[in-house]
Amino acid sequence: MRVEVDQPKCVASGQCVLVAPEVFDQDDDGIVVLLDTEPGAEHEEAVRESAAICPAAAIRLVQE
Amino acid sequence: MTETVEHAPTGLPEHPMPRATGCPFDPLPALRDLQARRPVSRVRIWDGSSPWLITRHEDVRALLGDPRISADPRRPGYPHRTAATRARDQVRSSFITLDDPEHARLRRMVTAPFTIKKMEALRPSVQRVVDDLIDRMLAGPNPVDLVEAFALPVPSLVICALLGVPYADHDFFQRNTQVLVRRTSTEDDVRTANEALTAYLEDLLAAKQAEPEDDLLSVLAEQRVATGELTRRQAADMGVLLLAAGHETTANMIALGTLALLEHPDQLALLRDGAEPKQVAAAVEELLRYLNITHSGRRRVALEDIEIGGELIRAGDGVILANDIANRDPDAFPDPDRLDLGRDARRHVAFGYGVHQCLGQPLARIELQVVYNTLYTRVPTLALATGIDQLEFKHDGFVYGVYELPVTW
Ligand code: HEM
Ligand code: SF4
Repeated sequence: MRVEVDQPKCVASGQCVLVAPEVFDQDDDGIVVLLDTEPGAEHEEAVRESAAICPAAAIRLVQE
Repeated sequence: MTETVEHAPTGLPEHPMPRATGCPFDPLPALRDLQARRPVSRVRIWDGSSPWLITRHEDVRALLGDPRISADPRRPGYPHRTAATRARDQVRSSFITLDDPEHARLRRMVTAPFTIKKMEALRPSVQRVVDDLIDRMLAGPNPVDLVEAFALPVPSLVICALLGVPYADHDFFQRNTQVLVRRTSTEDDVRTANEALTAYLEDLLAAKQAEPEDDLLSVLAEQRVATGELTRRQAADMGVLLLAAGHETTANMIALGTLALLEHPDQLALLRDGAEPKQVAAAVEELLRYLNITHSGRRRVALEDIEIGGELIRAGDGVILANDIANRDPDAFPDPDRLDLGRDARRHVAFGYGVHQCLGQPLARIELQVVYNTLYTRVPTLALATGIDQLEFKHDGFVYGVYELPVTW
């Protein structure tokens, strides 16, 4: 699983950081920062939930 | 585009609808009916126009995330809440009523203090505020109005510190905010209250520009107003939005949440018995979903034709996204009318959805987590000091809640 984030779209809601703190962080202005572009299977559910919950549709999962 | 006020054919449901008789937490059966039978349908609002009401969770999220709808009340067709908000929105423009890219440019100027890390760092000081207020309440008269003694002071103290607004002025800004969120306020009332708040924030910004402190208004004054990026008026409009949204909403969640928990003792018990932080966090999401305090709907206008739910919304049509009933959609939340602190309610739309989703949500979450985790444990005998049928609910408010909550212990 590969994760992509679209920073220009991010509205700094912080929701992804709450759901998957091992994968997502925020910069000083609250904009999403990807900590791990290819998180392990143990994070898959949380990453899926982050993508679903992100209000700006700024998170994408690419299945390989 | 010319402005055409559609005169609704008779028989259209009126919007807004009151809550169900008998249960102050539940939506009206008619609204539920609409969700089941015509989830995208026209309703009639106060000015005789007939915007679309969107009631299903999935559709509400889809449209709030759709760039083909606008949050700008100056566009023809926008479904205004009242004549007074229509008048105010013609002259005022903070980012909640602007579209991207301008919305994003302004919102990003104030996102920095609201990151999850900064909010976590704030948790101990929120805890202190909550503990102090409980100490004071327990030392004072019994019964007491929980709204006045606790629910309003908690978020007001916190947002004041964050913005750099003197808490000593709380009567002033709370009173004027009350005017802004009441359906019954006249155009004059709203204009006066708005002007008073804006002038107050402009003065504060001028003071901060001369003598900056460690707060958000100083950052705006120094980095945006002094540089000419924002006029002082624009910065003040933002300040009013943050100050008003920053205390009124959370205060209602505290008081109404407490009432809901007192009415559901089995759920309250889950919070009392040393709940884990994860459980408390889940409880906050569920109470946000269940209570739906922002019950007047997100207001938008279509920029293009949009097909949804088997209907065609035309460019220029008003759209009301009913986040309240969407949070009670059985397709999204099984057994939706049950308050169940153990469920996963994170996909609720109580903070909205899309680019305007609540900026203050990380702050509101911390405040509510600390409150729900502390109040009932420290005051285990907390009880309503009056009958629930004696309470005055904010049916006339854009934000739902109770005006007073007499409690005893
Ligand atoms: C439990 C408490 C709260 C609830 C239920 C709530 C609800 C909402 C909702 C539904 C919206 C979306 C408006 C729309 O789409 O038209 C919103 C936006 C907003 N909220 Fe909150 N809010 C809460 C607390 C706060 C706090 C504590 C703050 C401030 C610090 C705040 C500041 C804002 C701002 C600035 C916006 C506009 C965001 C934008 O347009 O980009 N809110 N809120
Ligand atoms: S959930 Fe989406 S909008 Fe919110 S911080 Fe993460 S990427 Fe940004």
